[in-house]
Amino acid sequence: MPNISRDEVAHLAKLARLAVTEEELDTFAGQLDQILDAVAKVGEVAAEDIPPTSHAVPLTNVFRDDVVRQGLSQQQALAGAPAAEEGRFRVPRILGEEQ
Amino acid sequence: MTELTTLPAAELAAKIHAREVTSVEVTRAHLDRIAAVDDHVHAFLHVDREGALAAAEAVDADLAAGKAPASPLAGVPLALKDVFTTKGIPTTCGSRTLEGWVPPYDATVTRTLREAGVVILGKTNMDEFAMGSSTENSAFGPTHNPWDHARIPGGSGGGSSASLAAFEAPLAIGTDTGGSIRQPGAVTGTVGVKPTYGGVSRYGLVAFSSSLDQGGPCARTVLDAAMLHEIIGGHDPMDSTSIDAPVPPVVAAAREGARDGLSGVRVGVVSEFRGEGYQPGVLRSFEAAVDQLRALGAEVVEVSCPHFTYALPAYYLIAPSEASSNLARFDAMRYGIRVSDDGTHSAEEVMSLTREAGFGPEVKRRIMLGTYALSSGYYDAYYGSAQKVRTLIIRDFDAAFEQVDVLVSPTTPTTAFKIGERVDDPLAMYLADLCTIPSDLAGNAALSVPCGLSDEDGLPVGLQVMAPALADDRLYKVAAAYEGARDAAAGGSLVHQVPELNGGAR
Repeated sequence: MPNISRDEVAHLAKLARLAVTEEELDTFAGQLDQILDAVAKVGEVAAEDIPPTSHAVPLTNVFRDDVVRQGLSQQQALAGAPAAEEGRFRVPRILGEEQ
Repeated sequence: MTELTTLPAAELAAKIHAREVTSVEVTRAHLDRIAAVDDHVHAFLHVDREGALAAAEAVDADLAAGKAPASPLAGVPLALKDVFTTKGIPTTCGSRTLEGWVPPYDATVTRTLREAGVVILGKTNMDEFAMGSSTENSAFGPTHNPWDHARIPGGSGGGSSASLAAFEAPLAIGTDTGGSIRQPGAVTGTVGVKPTYGGVSRYGLVAFSSSLDQGGPCARTVLDAAMLHEIIGGHDPMDSTSIDAPVPPVVAAAREGARDGLSGVRVGVVSEFRGEGYQPGVLRSFEAAVDQLRALGAEVVEVSCPHFTYALPAYYLIAPSEASSNLARFDAMRYGIRVSDDGTHSAEEVMSLTREAGFGPEVKRRIMLGTYALSSGYYDAYYGSAQKVRTLIIRDFDAAFEQVDVLVSPTTPTTAFKIGERVDDPLAMYLADLCTIPSDLAGNAALSVPCGLSDEDGLPVGLQVMAPALADDRLYKVAAAYEGARDAAAGGSLVHQVPELNGGAR
């Protein structure tokens, strides 16, 4: 029995904002199934009493003095944008037909 | 003039600083080499000829004015992996998503190199967003291994390592998330170092897996790598994961190892990384390297790290999980490409269609794998368990380093495989990083140094040396001692045995 169905892959793609093709759904379902089978091995040794490690070094919040400094100019910030208008990022319409 | 492309960076720097040769001459020699051979190698995605020559001219002008060199490598050219932002120079990360994007700022590594007078030749090819072990996942076509053009140069930093083996650059920078500096180093016969996590700033490095990504030096000699390490290493207040500690004395350690050998050094051979699945010729080269370490005075013992066999599955849950989050920034709104913005699609549809068009299969696969592993109901079985395995691997390292100063293993289970051979089999591809991943999960330092050619196929094999966090100097001492002895026995450096490329003499 596969861990992951074609419908689940379609759902994952939707969650991840990926408009995958029908052909990709077939390919990814097979491959993700194989990969998930292989990586499930981690459960063999993950006992209750073992604390998880999310990061190899202890993370602490970093503060710096609240000093005004030069940031990117408006022109620089917009330079790499796919679309800009009147000094702002231009985005496609946010609301769909049903809204 | 061709000699200029074959010299180690340390010797080039000495000649430039003594004004026996100019940085412009050295830079031009490398640019000419790139022009002659890169059509065949495809190590570079972008060559900044004008910028490189201008930087070289500035170094020469300072030296002519009697100023001290800005750093021990001032005037020496370098190839920079395309994952680091470069102000005014395109940065694509090997992805169509960022095709044509020119960053408005420099990564800290980029800025540090510029301030050190290191001449940036251009940006090197890589697996898209650093996801891969072969540089076949670049949206702009694969890089070819200079040892055999039909084979992969490793990944994701295949462009950086190939540029060294093709004598297009004497120095390069890579990033290592699961082995992307060391594995390409091993299969191209060059040196690659993953510094301690947090030892080199990640500011301006396009993030793949934030708890693992680490920039580091690539070179043809251990000493060159050490010199570059000391320039790019150190604390950066712009990076909250940057370690506030001095850079270990890696150059002094390299010189000490080359001079004094390894008397008193305890070396552990990881027993889990030498059995089934390893190419016999790789194992034979590795065993010969261990014998050489003994001959240099090291005490060698077998060390078991039982959880290392779980590192690969843990990595392929942790890295994609972090990637699925990090790559959410490519949303077609603020930078990168945008498709289907024709007025008939909503922002959400434009986002999905753009990500479909911009990302390649490996990136999509990992985003979906990460989304799955982090999703409610599967979190404990996959991501949560992988984080526990990470704890067990750190404990294995801690126990091992109570017995020995460094650990060694082959860097990769096989030599360079053929382009296309594993492209449809992700699990086979992932095996290329089997030996390198534990050090990434633990945040430790690790290095790959060439240890000969496999007797089956004549391709390079790497010796991996691993050290505790912040003990990077141990890597350089052991590797430099080994390199000196190996080169003396072989009558020269291994990388100089690379076949002549189309484009003529080096």
